[in-house]
Amino acid sequence: MAKAAKIATAERSPIFAGREFSGEGAKIAVLAPSHRLALRAPEKSLAALSKALGVKLPVAPKSSVTKVSRSALWLGPDEWLVIDDGGKDPLEDCARVRVLHSAVGVSHRNVGISISGPRAAETLNAGCPQDLSLSAFPVGACSRTILGKVEIVLLRTAEDAFRVECWRSFSDYVLTFLTDAATDAA
Amino acid sequence: MLLIHCPYCEEERPELEFRNAGEAHIARSSSIAEESGEDFEKFFFIRSNPKGIIFERWRHVHGCARFFNAARDTVTDRFITTYKAGEPKPSLPKSASGPAAYANRPPDQLNVKRPRRKPVAKGEAK
Ligand SMILES: [Zn+2]
Repeated sequence: MAKAAKIATAERSPIFAGREFSGEGAKIAVLAPSHRLALRAPEKSLAALSKALGVKLPVAPKSSVTKVSRSALWLGPDEWLVIDDGGKDPLEDCARVRVLHSAVGVSHRNVGISISGPRAAETLNAGCPQDLSLSAFPVGACSRTILGKVEIVLLRTAEDAFRVECWRSFSDYVLTFLTDAATDAA
Repeated sequence: MLLIHCPYCEEERPELEFRNAGEAHIARSSSIAEESGEDFEKFFFIRSNPKGIIFERWRHVHGCARFFNAARDTVTDRFITTYKAGEPKPSLPKSASGPAAYANRPPDQLNVKRPRRKPVAKGEAK
């Protein structure tokens, strides 16, 4: 393996950052930029990667592990999305790991949107076909799924709060869709 | 909406998250360059297209993104079972195939006339 490469950082131009919509039953807010990592790894590599990232990579379907400001979301049997809101790039932590894995920085690819309030689940269900009841989708549950016409990653952060991760170029659609849905759900 | 059980997510998920990926258990020859044209045609183009139980590959494309296999009834669209890629084809009870299995019998076992074809004389076809 080559020496850990110096990682170049690109200038950030956040999209819609800080934009908000407060409906009667749900509040939609575009989150500040985060560091994100698309991680693929076999089972054998998980212990070393978990140690480097400081968060234990979950192996149960539809589950996530959050430690301080960093979350690891199970997306598939060998695939995770790591989100860091504390300003520390998880890609740098993986650069020093010598076991087999693929780590791709996708910080700029995604936009995070939070949906909170008593009608947050109903708002999402306007375009997401999954069962979002607390028994099927408890706090900490996460899943790649769809919202209307686009793919999203959904994470339940509290009983009445979710985080939606969508691709940057879809964020206009997602934001409009959720704002509309929140108006209807109220 | 159909609910499809993903063997990797270990639960039923809405059909919108899935994509069909053609018939399952079609093995690619390990020496494909040496294969006869006829065998390659069979591998590449010929599919069983049954009325009744079919084994298909599916992909949980907007979920865990994994390919898996499914046994599905093409008459009712009912998923009989799903299983991980690489696992052997499950043996299904005869009853699972239902009345539609009748249509899959060769024509001479069916109560229908075989289509008559006029033999083409040499030189006639242009
Ligand atoms: Zn799945």
